Amino acid sequence: MKKVYFDHSATTPVHPIVAEEIIPYITGKFGNPSSVHFLGREVRKAVEAAREKIAQGIGAKPEEIVFTSGGTESDNMAIKGAAYANCRKGNHIITSAVEHHAVLDTCEALKEEGFTLTVLPVDKYGMVSLAAVAEAIKEQTIVISIMHTNNEVGTIQPVYDIGRLAREKGILFHTDAVQSMGKIPVHVDDLEADLLTISGHKFYAPKGIGVLYIRQGSNWQPVSHGGSQERRQRPGTENVSGIIALGKAMELVVSELEEESQRLARLRDKIIQGVLERIPHVHVNGHPIKRLPNLVNLTIEFVEGESLLFSLDMKGIAASSGSACTSDSTDPSHVLLSMGISPQNAQGSLRLSLGRDNNDEDVEYFLDVLAPIIDRLRAMSPFFQQNMIRLRLD
Amino acid sequence: METGIHDNEILIDHFMNSRNLGKIEDADGIGMAGDPSCGDYVKVYIKVDKVHLTDIKYEVFGCPSAVATASVFSELVKGKSIVEAQLIDNHDIVEALHGLPEQKLHCSCMAVEAFDKAVIDWVMKSIANSKEEFESLGLPF
Ligand SMILES: Cc1ncc(COP(=O)(O)O)c(C=O)c1O
Ligand code: FES
Repeated sequence: MKKVYFDHSATTPVHPIVAEEIIPYITGKFGNPSSVHFLGREVRKAVEAAREKIAQGIGAKPEEIVFTSGGTESDNMAIKGAAYANCRKGNHIITSAVEHHAVLDTCEALKEEGFTLTVLPVDKYGMVSLAAVAEAIKEQTIVISIMHTNNEVGTIQPVYDIGRLAREKGILFHTDAVQSMGKIPVHVDDLEADLLTISGHKFYAPKGIGVLYIRQGSNWQPVSHGGSQERRQRPGTENVSGIIALGKAMELVVSELEEESQRLARLRDKIIQGVLERIPHVHVNGHPIKRLPNLVNLTIEFVEGESLLFSLDMKGIAASSGSACTSDSTDPSHVLLSMGISPQNAQGSLRLSLGRDNNDEDVEYFLDVLAPIIDRLRAMSPFFQQNMIRLRLD
Repeated sequence: METGIHDNEILIDHFMNSRNLGKIEDADGIGMAGDPSCGDYVKVYIKVDKVHLTDIKYEVFGCPSAVATASVFSELVKGKSIVEAQLIDNHDIVEALHGLPEQKLHCSCMAVEAFDKAVIDWVMKSIANSKEEFESLGLPF
């Protein structure tokens, strides 16, 4: 059976060139980069070379790059480190309703500790407004965390404007750019970010490696303590092979960015057009223009989401109904709900996220398989025909 | 976790090739049950000859476990007497499916509940019919 992977927002396969690059570091070159002997020194050199590639990739200085275990840790470190460091100055945090749980739950945890929190609403496209941020800012505001691109619907937030406003007001600004790397440009100055989160496994590096960018001079403090690694900002012996992989993956996605994002956007549009042509009662979620080139989020009315995913799975198509991290729960997505989509429609949503291994054939196979699945699921629903009659009367 | 159901061949078969799926236009009883926690529904149609369940069909808006349990249930009860059919519960369904993951046990209750309601619907209609019949013969009901 043909296999199609349409879940690159959940994770990506390791790029073969990246895999090749790390083999020496999981076999022979095992030294601890903190060791001063030759085994340590050769690894240290490779780690620093990777750091430089990553810094270059996002327009940062190498000393502003801190390696972490991934997006979740970076989000936690960014927000908690900024909040604790500035708790004498104020206690107010601003974030948005469509953030990843790594940000939302971190903010909620800080609220439990006594910080105050504003969770900004979004419009029907999942977009945060600059005006809402401006209105929410108070004397006590110390951190703003708004994601660069949304992992469920792909909407690109007006991060530059929010970052500039935060800078004017002397507030630290964090942005989660986990879904952006390799799809749209990520440059710390263009995004006006003081803190920026990326995660390796979303752009062809292995799982368990990420970066927190910390702008030089930011009033931020570490949240874990130990050795002097990562300038004490994130102590612990480095994930050497992960770091090497991340450096290589960064180099690859940055060099292929323009071509690849155009290619992905074309495939994405082909999916959207094909679905809308073949299947009635479908809506495309997310912003019509300001969105990721590799992501499609659809609401397919009168279809239950889990049965849809199961049916696609049986045809060799891996997709998801939202974020992978919460897909074991039957709760509808907090992102779609905050965009004003009904719980029932939120449950029937389908997220397709494309990557470098996808091609036209995959899209055509998907479109051929989807229509009969939808027909079958709708035919078995006790609501479909009733609603058809109602829609015709409307 | 969902993983359990993807390895369950019986469940997959009942989901992909659901038995007795559909509706009965001239049903003797109709019942619907839903689970507010997930927003899923099963609607059951029955055809009864005296006391035997001659036909059962159903429609589902629900997860694969809901579809498969309705399918299994329809096979377990079809042809039985109403009394026998009512003795079949969600434990029998889960057994016929060789188990369901903990989080999916609730999905197996909807078909049974919808069926019970369809039986009540049939009983109510039968009473109404008998009443009409008695009255047309001028007998006290
Ligand atoms: C927007 C966003 N932030 C954070 C994360 C968490 O990253 P990680 O899986 O590396 O912890 C994800 C991935 O699920 C994500 O999509
Ligand atoms: S999750 Fe609702 S019936 Fe299974």
